[in-house]
Amino acid sequence: MTETSAIVILIAAILTNNILLTNFLGMCSFVACSGQIRTAVGLGIAVTFVLTMTTAINYAVYYGILISAEEAAELGRAAPLLSTDITHLSFIVFIAVIAAFVQLVEMFVERFSPRLYFALGIFLPLITVNCAILGASLFMVIRGYNFAQSVGFGFGAGVGWALAIILMAGLRQKMNYSNIPEPFRGVPIAMIVTCVIAMAFMGFAGMVAIQ
Amino acid sequence: MANSQPPLVPCSKGLCGGKGLLTLKEGAWSNNPLAIQMLGICSALAVTNRLESSLVMGAALIFVSACSNLFVSLLRKHTPHRIRMIAEVAIIATFVILFDQFLKAFYWDMSKQLGPYVGLIITNCIVMGRAEAFALQNPPLLSVVDGVANGLGYAVILAIIGFFRELFGTGQFFGCVVLGGEWYTPNQLMILAPGAFFALGIVIAIFNALRGPQGEENKK
Repeated sequence: MTETSAIVILIAAILTNNILLTNFLGMCSFVACSGQIRTAVGLGIAVTFVLTMTTAINYAVYYGILISAEEAAELGRAAPLLSTDITHLSFIVFIAVIAAFVQLVEMFVERFSPRLYFALGIFLPLITVNCAILGASLFMVIRGYNFAQSVGFGFGAGVGWALAIILMAGLRQKMNYSNIPEPFRGVPIAMIVTCVIAMAFMGFAGMVAIQ
Repeated sequence: MANSQPPLVPCSKGLCGGKGLLTLKEGAWSNNPLAIQMLGICSALAVTNRLESSLVMGAALIFVSACSNLFVSLLRKHTPHRIRMIAEVAIIATFVILFDQFLKAFYWDMSKQLGPYVGLIITNCIVMGRAEAFALQNPPLLSVVDGVANGLGYAVILAIIGFFRELFGTGQFFGCVVLGGEWYTPNQLMILAPGAFFALGIVIAIFNALRGPQGEENKK
């Protein structure tokens, strides 16, 4: 697994192992914010950026602090700052890193690019509770990626998520004109359409595989 | 349970007795977090390819949302408004870690099967939403009832989806072959990703149809 190159992981994360269509992460904002293409693009860019950065930071935190010294030696990594094993705290540390990072980005963007702030403003706080971000960090640990692979995976997952939500937004704009059976209006038809998109993405399955 | 409210509850006793049941009904059925409010969809899709994992996930959510609601409610008078979000996340994460460690210690296979989705309960909108919308304004016991009710509402939908996906996807029920033999070919698609989206869409549509025209606000 460790010899898979970062590029392969990137492509796989976008197409074959799309974080939304195969791992179901980030569904809440996917359903809530896929009404218009413009919002979908803004949210997609914000998620991609935060995902890439937080996987990198969480990688450093996990292998630099949380992991125990023996396990690091076993994996052939440099000794962590703290020798005790506190990996059971990884959930709370990851989410704190993500929340802090999102807050930081928000302040930074507000200060240096007010236009971008108004374009992305409302989406940034939403990202903290987007499960794709936390999920990517957890997958990174479970699959044992190295640093380059983690960043590739984070970026690919973000692009894949953005791709899915933009596709969905386009379809939903078209669907406004169709006559959908009463009980299916809103979320149910969105789910059925996502089902079809997911089936289409299964067509990529033979290309690259990661696990 | 409703009559055993402690005296520190601000509202009158009779009202609280009625309120407990009402909260239970609202969380589990009429305002079901998954089918009506569309919260917590991620995990509902990911773990429902088997009935067993659906049930474990449902139990996890009942536990986490009840406990975190209790503690958020206990601390609600002492939490500064500005930092309430991070306080809520810290409380929720604590209980998720507890449940995760429990699974790892006693049900290792299940823990492996659920993978990252146990940890993702932290970002599950149901738990966070209930803490924010209910536990911050209500007394502890009532908040626990609300947490259990919402967890229950989620668990039931999960069980329904898990049941049908396992049944049609593998022809099994709890691992025993029910639909088998020459006449039934398991539909692999049901246990893969598209089946999950499809099943959830159908379940929500059925819920909408059962509830009748008051489901209008869900339309986009």
